[in-house]
Amino acid sequence: MTTYDSTKVAALHRELHSHLPSEPALRVKALESLLVEKGLVDSRTIDAWVEAYSDEIGPKRGARVVAKAWADASFKARLMADAPAAIDELGYLGNATAHLKVVENTPEVHNLVVCTLCSCYPFSVLGMAPNWYKTAAYRSRAVREPRAVLKEFGVELGDEVEVRVWDSTAELRYLVMPQRPQGSDHLDVDELARLVSRNSMIGTERDLSFRAEEQS
Amino acid sequence: MDGPHDLGGKEGFGPVEVDEPEVPFHHDWEGRMWGIARSTGAPGWTIDWWRHMRELIDPVSYLSRPYFDSWAQTQIAGFVDSGTFTFEEAVTGRSAAASGDEPQVLSREDAVAADRRSAHRFDRELGTAPAYQAGDAVRARRLGRTGHTRLPNYVHGCVGIIHAYHGAHVLPDASAGGEELAEHLYSVAFRAEALWPEAAGRNDRVFLDLWESYLEPG
Repeated sequence: MTTYDSTKVAALHRELHSHLPSEPALRVKALESLLVEKGLVDSRTIDAWVEAYSDEIGPKRGARVVAKAWADASFKARLMADAPAAIDELGYLGNATAHLKVVENTPEVHNLVVCTLCSCYPFSVLGMAPNWYKTAAYRSRAVREPRAVLKEFGVELGDEVEVRVWDSTAELRYLVMPQRPQGSDHLDVDELARLVSRNSMIGTERDLSFRAEEQS
Repeated sequence: MDGPHDLGGKEGFGPVEVDEPEVPFHHDWEGRMWGIARSTGAPGWTIDWWRHMRELIDPVSYLSRPYFDSWAQTQIAGFVDSGTFTFEEAVTGRSAAASGDEPQVLSREDAVAADRRSAHRFDRELGTAPAYQAGDAVRARRLGRTGHTRLPNYVHGCVGIIHAYHGAHVLPDASAGGEELAEHLYSVAFRAEALWPEAAGRNDRVFLDLWESYLEPG
């Protein structure tokens, strides 16, 4: 029975920390072996999850959502009004996106997404979160000095641009819609999707124009 | 709780390592841990109880060990707590008794389909009207609570504006104890200068999603 007993679990953590192998790979290997021996999971199922999140479920999905919104005004309207329903049209609704919101960059606004309390992320449209997104450095600083963080990513914003930081404290998840790059008018959805970087959908990249130039 | 996880606005960290390779998993064991977390659990675990278990890792470990290592320790502690396996089994990685159970085997396509089915909703019907509407000034309560909560320290006592109302959602503070209780949820916009002493005059805002009991009229 799950106890919901904080004191008990805190004590367990301390004991486990002293008794488990120090190397993370060994800890996870021991956990997997035990679960397999207990008949609670099959290693092939774990393989399947790794494969699913190595190609199919990743930022290519989010890029397609953004590209389709750039190319199709009615899809964009549906996406901004009800993002879960809109991404479900593409088969991308899933892990952590039942309450997805899309926030749009404009010449006057730049959006940046963080989870200061843990590492909430819209998995089914962006796949695995980058390491930096989960670090204390990003989580502590994104809300306090977003412009300094953005500068480390090469994004420099003038004072006329408002930075909006979205701290994912509930089950809502945020996806940034970057501005459509200049010089991309002739591109179709597949080509547009190739311009959309993962970081631009978290908000740590802003101007995708150079990618459009490389494409043309 | 005022744990090491409540990182918003803490100073001294950085810079951000921006040049990491863009790959889903940086080590094989990270992928294994992700797969384990996606396919196992114990009766009664809620997302909030799981998050709270992770917050209960001692502060030095929380801040220094790799991210997915904290998932491993959380999963193990949770299984021992729930009686899925014993502490001795956890530290040896060996089961004391063989099991005849045959778990289901998922293919890659099955996992993709299962992921689609995992779009869990947290909104609930609630018979009461929301206390606030867009444009209202609200103050985040100054005192949080000692158990699990999603009211970060850095907004305690600060005034913001209701940006949007999202209906009633499951309250994490209760859900972390296995109890389902719905409460009105809002996005609240805080001006940077209301949060940080050095941000005076800066035209930026921070948006948080906060439950009604976290707020009082501003």
